[in-house]
Amino acid sequence: MSDTTVHEEPELIQLLTPEGELTGHPDYPLEITADEIRDLYRDLVLVRRFDSEAVSLQRQGELGLWASLLGQEAAQIGSGRALRGTDMAFPSYREHGVAWCRGVEPKELLGMFRGVTNGGWDPHEHGFHLYTIVIGSQALHATGYAMGVQRDGAVGEDGTAVITYFGDGATSQGDTNEAFNFASVNNAPVVFFCQNNQWAISEPLERQARVPIYKRASGFGFPGLRVDGNDVLAVLAVTRAALDNAREGNGPTLVEAFTYRMGAHTTNDDPSRYRNAAELEEWKAKDPILRVRRHLENNGLADEGFFASVDAEADALGEKVRTQCRNLPDPGPLDIFHEVYAEPNVHIDRQRAEYAEYLASFEAEGVR
Amino acid sequence: MTNLTIGKAINAGLRAAMEHDPKVLVMGEDVGRLGGVFRVTDGLHKDFGADRVIDTPLAESGIVGTAIGMAMRGYRPVVEIQFDGFFFPAANQTFTQLAKMRRRSAGTLSMPVVMRIPYGGGIGAVEHHSESPESYFLHTAGLRVISVANAVDAYWMIQQAIRSEDPVIFLEPKRRYYEKAEVDTEASIAEATPMGAARVARPGTDATLLAYGPMVKTALQAAEADTDHSIEVIDLRSLSPVDYPTIVESVKKTGRLVVAHEATLTGGPGAEIAARITEECFYHLESPVIRVAAFDTPYPQSRLEEYYLPDLDRVLDGVDRAFAY
Repeated sequence: MSDTTVHEEPELIQLLTPEGELTGHPDYPLEITADEIRDLYRDLVLVRRFDSEAVSLQRQGELGLWASLLGQEAAQIGSGRALRGTDMAFPSYREHGVAWCRGVEPKELLGMFRGVTNGGWDPHEHGFHLYTIVIGSQALHATGYAMGVQRDGAVGEDGTAVITYFGDGATSQGDTNEAFNFASVNNAPVVFFCQNNQWAISEPLERQARVPIYKRASGFGFPGLRVDGNDVLAVLAVTRAALDNAREGNGPTLVEAFTYRMGAHTTNDDPSRYRNAAELEEWKAKDPILRVRRHLENNGLADEGFFASVDAEADALGEKVRTQCRNLPDPGPLDIFHEVYAEPNVHIDRQRAEYAEYLASFEAEGVR
Repeated sequence: MTNLTIGKAINAGLRAAMEHDPKVLVMGEDVGRLGGVFRVTDGLHKDFGADRVIDTPLAESGIVGTAIGMAMRGYRPVVEIQFDGFFFPAANQTFTQLAKMRRRSAGTLSMPVVMRIPYGGGIGAVEHHSESPESYFLHTAGLRVISVANAVDAYWMIQQAIRSEDPVIFLEPKRRYYEKAEVDTEASIAEATPMGAARVARPGTDATLLAYGPMVKTALQAAEADTDHSIEVIDLRSLSPVDYPTIVESVKKTGRLVVAHEATLTGGPGAEIAARITEECFYHLESPVIRVAAFDTPYPQSRLEEYYLPDLDRVLDGVDRAFAY
């Protein structure tokens, strides 16, 4: 059996080159101030620091696991900053940058990877649903939520848009494809934001798809496009347009953010087993943060003082992340029985009572 | 004799099965070049090639559904579901198709598909990586369900499962992957204990402690720790069908049965075994059948799993309860 891929070079929407040159794009005009670009730079640097601190915390045994976003900062910050407060996001489990934009505290994310919670933040408070680990499931949730938005009449310029995040691997799942179809036939106000980071653990893109991912959309009857996922300005412009299109009642869009997972799948993974170092080097040249810095520097939009202040802020964030993580309280044993049902449940009540008595028997003996 | 971990023994068993029968295929996410996230298929892609060791798209329903088609075409697919919690997207293909194909085809079609699933908790994982879904499989007619507790069984039972004409759910105790034993890989498969048989792992006279998969080690530790009683430990090995004669013989001798598992209590394997043993051993029982199981709650965040999982103390508490009658 052959293993050839259908080779096509689709258009990649890009506004800011890896060298930091702002080229713009005729279909995606972006009016943006220097202040706003500096803010995006700050976001990118801070989430990268948060992420690298989390990796370190895992190495130190403070977290059970971490799924690093390294390399995907622009895809997440660009799309996250395109969201309005009333919009709703449905992430997978790597969207720490989007969580940042939605005001979810680092400790909330850390709690899940430390194993003190199963998520636990209020999705409605932040417009940011819980992390979803079973691949692709959340695409349907987002679509259903968007169908609810339609029924609420929250459509128009001030309407609500929904976005869901998933990876290239998830495009193989039935749930994701069913979500595409449900969204299409219902003209639901949802943006499918695929971060194509080229790898699903060890499997390269060609094990998931023979055509560019964004082209799936046309078969389902809605537009799809590919954006440079390492270009925060292009991602911002494209996502904003897709969200506005959705909120104004024009249906879904599939945004394929073409990016790269610069780190391991998670801290349990060793990518040296299945991919070569040259590929990583190639993508390092397209680093999402470096190009913004170059742009700011080359155009005199930020001085050394600015960069130093962002670095200082990153250091402070690092300290905060470490402290927050180490101070996360362990849940008590009887928390096992909490929040299983909304209404009283005799099985749970009985088991909790029996277990409390069992634990107390050790305390009485002074052995536990 | 070769000293193998459970993980390496399954790997060696897969290799032996693939060498024995060219129709045996391995399919799953990351099973190829990576060798699986637990390295259970390590080296097979290199030695048997991409036609026989297939890195599938990321879609569990697709993996099981295409395995059914492969089986119809005469292949014997061994599919890996990467983690227990990721079985559920494949539930439709497993329950409505795989399990029922023989019956639906009036016996024309065999489904020699093995579904390997690393299962159970105790590894400090995030959610959906520590589940014990065996009760769903037990409740489904048409599936055989087995679980291994040591490297010897791992080596032989994977091969027996592959040779079975029925679909087999092969549950791998992931927290015990690194437990070692001496395995005689040169022996004949014909001489291996049949995969449907339970095994007395430790003889005793006062109570029977029944476990399978990851809990067998805990049960053996409990039997050692209880110096007041002589505890017989049975490794169930096959959850469906259950080898009742072995259990009945033991319980008629000891008069007490404690069943321990990581699956939740209600509707769990222990409930079914308790009902059957009560029927078959009613006049021999000195106490009710005691179940030591996980609570009827979702698998908790990992910092609570030491409380949630039945551990040595909870198994001993179960044994004490049996002796309280």
